[in-house]
Amino acid sequence: MPIAEKRLIFANIDKPGYTIDIDCYLKVGGYKDLKKALTMKGPDIVKEVKTSGLRGRGGAGFSTGMKWGFIDPTKNTKPVYLICNADESEPGTFKDKQIIYKDPHQLLEGMAIACYANNVHLAYIYIRGEFTLGAKILEKAIEEAKAKNYLGKGIAGTAYDLEIYIHRGAGAYICGEETGLIESLEGKRAYPRIKPPYFPAVLGLYMSPTIVNNVETLCNIKHIVAMGGAEYAKIGKPNNTGTRLLCVSGDVEKPGYYEFEVGALTIGELLNDVCGGIKGGRKLKALIPGGSSAKVLKAGERYKIKSKKPDGSMEEKEIGLMDIPLDFDTLAAAGSMAGSGGIIVMDETRDMVECLANIATFYAHESCGQCTPCREGSLWMKKITSRLANGKGHPDDIGLLKNVADNIAGKTICAFGEACAWPVQSFVTKFKDEFENHALATKPKSTTTNKLAPV
Amino acid sequence: MSTNRVVDPATQTVSPEKVYPGAVDPHHPAAALPKGFEAQADEIITHYPVSKRSASLPLLHLWQETFGYISPEGIEWISHKLGLQPINILELVTFYPMFRQHPAGKIQIRVCRTLSCALGGGYELCEHFREKCQVGEPDTHGLAISPDGKYSVEFVECLAACGTAPVIMINDDFYEDVTHQRANELLLKYK
Repeated sequence: MPIAEKRLIFANIDKPGYTIDIDCYLKVGGYKDLKKALTMKGPDIVKEVKTSGLRGRGGAGFSTGMKWGFIDPTKNTKPVYLICNADESEPGTFKDKQIIYKDPHQLLEGMAIACYANNVHLAYIYIRGEFTLGAKILEKAIEEAKAKNYLGKGIAGTAYDLEIYIHRGAGAYICGEETGLIESLEGKRAYPRIKPPYFPAVLGLYMSPTIVNNVETLCNIKHIVAMGGAEYAKIGKPNNTGTRLLCVSGDVEKPGYYEFEVGALTIGELLNDVCGGIKGGRKLKALIPGGSSAKVLKAGERYKIKSKKPDGSMEEKEIGLMDIPLDFDTLAAAGSMAGSGGIIVMDETRDMVECLANIATFYAHESCGQCTPCREGSLWMKKITSRLANGKGHPDDIGLLKNVADNIAGKTICAFGEACAWPVQSFVTKFKDEFENHALATKPKSTTTNKLAPV
Repeated sequence: MSTNRVVDPATQTVSPEKVYPGAVDPHHPAAALPKGFEAQADEIITHYPVSKRSASLPLLHLWQETFGYISPEGIEWISHKLGLQPINILELVTFYPMFRQHPAGKIQIRVCRTLSCALGGGYELCEHFREKCQVGEPDTHGLAISPDGKYSVEFVECLAACGTAPVIMINDDFYEDVTHQRANELLLKYK
């Protein structure tokens, strides 16, 4: 029996007859939670979010309540800004797009509540440039919400004012990094800022305190206000609360987007029961659990997972890949991460060197070029993996590749360094034999599967 | 700053010769701003009450949607409008992949190259489009244009629709699960 989805964020998405119209949203109880929030005090909403245990859904999994807690409105003389990160560009991730294109008012409501809670009067939605239609949908939704007085001046008869504007990016992955996003919104190249001192909560947009939250995170805020933080925390498991939007792509029978309680199902259940198994009845070879930056997991691997028992003592269990529950802590304990929820599946016919060359090409294209280890290293990793994939490698390329990757992680301003080094480190270590075969080959292996890497 | 400003306030036309003598792009449409262009730009600027500079990206989008690419005149005009130096705008055009300094095809085909789409046949699909549209070899930015300027085909990185690979964009429209047959049908649609 497949485990049932728990649709909280996706409750109305893809329902027959459900449209992006505000009237449709109001019919399903839309903006009721905003009205409720407006009767509460801002700090009390922040407290509820802390109680809920919500962790950011953009990739890092940082506590949202804590992020908000860094902003102290009583000490601030500068205005506070909020930016919704709708730059969705982590390979393998396509969840925020569903919300923007199919339920834009849910995002606006969550955002308005978050803004009210943190005393924000000017907010932006930074949407990736390719979502031209998505930007138009959101703009129309903002107009509708303003006409019904859910945004703008004196919201719902209170003294609270809020303006939300849409800001389109222009095709740069690095704009998903929150300080890069802020620079981009200021009209500059998206060069991430160094922390300290440029923590967004202190020196963010226009050097003012700024909150940057992902689309899915902000939608969760609406549901936390609706049910209360304590009730929300009952969904999922401790430290991994709520639901998670999972995006499955690659070699499965039924790829797509799903919503489950965090940790409610294992990788095996997701692949076999929900996604109908590996394509064509083939076998699993590898899987990337949280967007292409996450370290790859290999079929058949076993992991020693330490976890806290209900009585507080620690226990260590050994589990196989298929038995890993999809939550933040277990995936981290298995050496990878839950990241953005983008799960990419590769079957037994895939060439891991080509897969890595594909990923390395992405990072070489997207490095912002600010820090030398990443600017140079990402290009070298693309060059080496591509020549290996094309049968033009050197026997010592594997060591060289690993060496380059090891000299990027931890040596850059932002986490892009880790994001481009982790796939290389994990692929090379876990599939060493395939890389060795390629390094010794004199011409590319003839393969019956799709081409994955540049020539 | 030079007194030779590019925009003639009376006619609202741009005189690039004044700024870039001899560097006028022959493809550029006479550089008269369409009616309503400046009003649209002014409206966009109101979205950024704290800093006009924030309007750089939206104005670049507006320019490219109007003229097809960012010409030197565009860089001049936007920087002037926002009280910036031209280099502040040029450095954005060279940084953000969506902005072009040269015209692309009338019908712009962008094929996702990243892993999930490649697993679903993105490389073969891009090759198919290149053949069908008879575009030549890609330039240094990866853009291949057909000799008549009708089509351009290029690879782009992850378009965030990985569950329905392979994914493409034609102009501003997304298409998912694109088989070679569907590709042919789409080409007829965009004739």
